Amino acid sequence: MALWDIVGPVMIGPSSSHTAGAARIGLLTKMLWGKPVKKAELYLRGSFLDTGRGHGTDKALIAGLLGMRPDDKQLKNSFAIAKESGLDFAFYGEKVIGAHPNSVRIVIEGDGQSLETVCYSVGGGLILLHKLNGARLDISCDLPTLIVSAEDKVGTISAITGYLNNCNVNIATMKVSRESRGGSVTMTIELDSEPDDLLLSERILSLHPAIKSVRLLKGVL
Amino acid sequence: MLKAAETILRVTEKENISIVQAILRLSSADTGVSEAEIREKMHGRLLAIFESVEDAAANTEPLKFGQIPELNFGGDALSGEFILYASKTAIQVSKHNATMGRVVAAPTAGSCGILPGIFSAWKTLRAGEDWEEQLTDALIVAGAIGEVIAKRATLAGAEGGCQAECGAASAMGSAALAFIRGGSCETCLHAAALTIKSLLGLACDPVGGIVECPCIKRNGMLVANAILAADLALAGVRSLIPLDEVIDTMKEIGQMLPPAIRETSLGGLAQTPSGIALTKKLHEGE
Repeated sequence: MALWDIVGPVMIGPSSSHTAGAARIGLLTKMLWGKPVKKAELYLRGSFLDTGRGHGTDKALIAGLLGMRPDDKQLKNSFAIAKESGLDFAFYGEKVIGAHPNSVRIVIEGDGQSLETVCYSVGGGLILLHKLNGARLDISCDLPTLIVSAEDKVGTISAITGYLNNCNVNIATMKVSRESRGGSVTMTIELDSEPDDLLLSERILSLHPAIKSVRLLKGVL
Repeated sequence: MLKAAETILRVTEKENISIVQAILRLSSADTGVSEAEIREKMHGRLLAIFESVEDAAANTEPLKFGQIPELNFGGDALSGEFILYASKTAIQVSKHNATMGRVVAAPTAGSCGILPGIFSAWKTLRAGEDWEEQLTDALIVAGAIGEVIAKRATLAGAEGGCQAECGAASAMGSAALAFIRGGSCETCLHAAALTIKSLLGLACDPVGGIVECPCIKRNGMLVANAILAADLALAGVRSLIPLDEVIDTMKEIGQMLPPAIRETSLGGLAQTPSGIALTKKLHEGE
């Protein structure tokens, strides 16, 4: 934590974990969806469920889904804005053993597609993307992050890292995990800088036949 | 990250530079961000703090637990003008936070009224035309104290009780005040140490689990600790226990605090008969 993190973040109150963190979670989920959110189901767990109402956690989550940042002065009016914008939402509670005390599962649907995220608000406004569409990622989303799913085949990693090298982008952290040998692989690659290439995801997708999907998540700060 | 207040002091002595210069040097080396950019960021934070003060003064939204009266202390008040001004502003900003206003978490949302209260009092009652640069420097000093507390101890009420949130904010403010009034690096550290020593063991026991009672008034009260500690340090009072050790003690005591008074609302004020009644009403209203 640097000086400007200690005196910071600038946020909508009252709580960094239950309000600011929740807003970031909503925003992250919206960014992963990639277009306006029309229908969302939010399953609150733990402390988010128990004390969320008093902290405006629900308003913050919807604000994030509408694209608002955690310091947006309109955050408290998110429910009304959602109604005007045609965002249909519903909140539920669920009990999940072992879940982080501040966590939420969000399911978005639209145009025949769906997206599911499980995120944690870990304190100080920081968040963790725990799962994306069932795949366990555990990434902090501070830095631009590539999320790649591929088949477990030789050459996929070097194809990607070689390409990033050519783009002159430094890799901060990299996690590679596979379900089973020869099965599906998930890679999360945190980058020190956002690549200039707007078509990066498409280009990486074409690097190797075993690469099945590529998402670039920009830092959600 | 800044691991010790002692490090800052040593750098000021070794390089013969001010506390602000030492902090900027250390922070820049640590983060890779240039000193100029760090100052720029902190200047931005300062402006956000003053914006929150302005917004808070205009915020008339009711709290869940009722309205705090318009504070007019009258000419006979016992506390000095500076403390009263800081207190009133701290309460306003903390209230603003509770009603979903935009604030600067300094270091946390729960303690977000303290630095604005202190800085606002200085700007209004004491500062000259160079307040912006002066208070940016002061905020850098405050940030550094907070960073050491974050590294050595914690800034989370759930881990360290209110010592870690309002206590930290108060210590940050105290060091900043000692700095603005021309105190040496040592004096600033003593001010912070004295402040924390006066708040060791402070519980985090929010009624109903929301950031209102006693949070808002704690913000209003703890500016006084900060201000008085700065005055004492500037008058030559020294903390026998150095700041780093005081912070370590704060961490230790935080760990000794029962979880019931570490932001769980399962003990302390939250579980008084009145606290329970207020909580019940809160849930009925939801």
